[in-house]
Amino acid sequence: MVPLSWYLILSGILFSLGVLGFLLKRNIITIFMSIELMLNAVNLSFVAFANYWHTHPVADKSIVPLSGQVFVFFVMVVAAAEAAVGLAIIIAVFRTRETLNVDRVNLLKL
Amino acid sequence: MVHQVLFIVFGLICVAGAINLLVQRHPISSALSLVVVMASLALIYLLLGAEFVAAIQVIVYAGAIMVLFVFVIMLLNAGAEERTRGSRMALIVGVPGVIILAGTVGWMLVSGSGRLGGVNLVGPSSFGETHAIARLLFKEFLLPFEITSVLILIAIMGAVVLGKREN
Repeated sequence: MVPLSWYLILSGILFSLGVLGFLLKRNIITIFMSIELMLNAVNLSFVAFANYWHTHPVADKSIVPLSGQVFVFFVMVVAAAEAAVGLAIIIAVFRTRETLNVDRVNLLKL
Repeated sequence: MVHQVLFIVFGLICVAGAINLLVQRHPISSALSLVVVMASLALIYLLLGAEFVAAIQVIVYAGAIMVLFVFVIMLLNAGAEERTRGSRMALIVGVPGVIILAGTVGWMLVSGSGRLGGVNLVGPSSFGETHAIARLLFKEFLLPFEITSVLILIAIMGAVVLGKREN
């Protein structure tokens, strides 16, 4: 049986690597993929805590044991919507700037 | 015991894929290593007994979203990342910031492991059955679930408007 802390440490490592990629990478698509990595890290801790509340139920009715997995579902829906809109913005920026380097995209207007 | 070995193997694959995402300079290599991360995360969800989440992780994340990414990379003919000097500030702030973040998270988990982290999680069981999630989704979370459909609709319209070629 795997301790809960292992899942949380793996989640923390993945989130930190996502932050590092977000700060260091210059390609706008790779920066976007780092954000997806951070979302995945958060999903892992959601599922681990959902398992924790399932195996350690409490009398408090405000904690619904399976709600962590439902939250993962919502995170995935938001990530899908974000990916569609974000990639459309990247295409629109590329059309006017002819570059994917974020250092050259320094104006908010197209 | 088998669970721990499987967790360590797939956790290492996960971290290796994430590091490879940062090291590779070509975006398509980064996208493919992100697919590796997502597939091994799906297997870790199976170890946690969350079958439904593992399935939608593969279908939605590794399937739909990553195909969208690869499609855009090929559409824009994105080449290798340019090396610029502008990232020097990000290097100065980013690396210590990430080390502090990882250190803080690790210290909190280690110091609280007596209360929380030492708890062993069960493997595949009745946890995470699809019909239990569906019942929760259509009873307690019905309003958020309906709102997500509006969100998806807005996202579709936004993507169409942004992607439209202006004449």
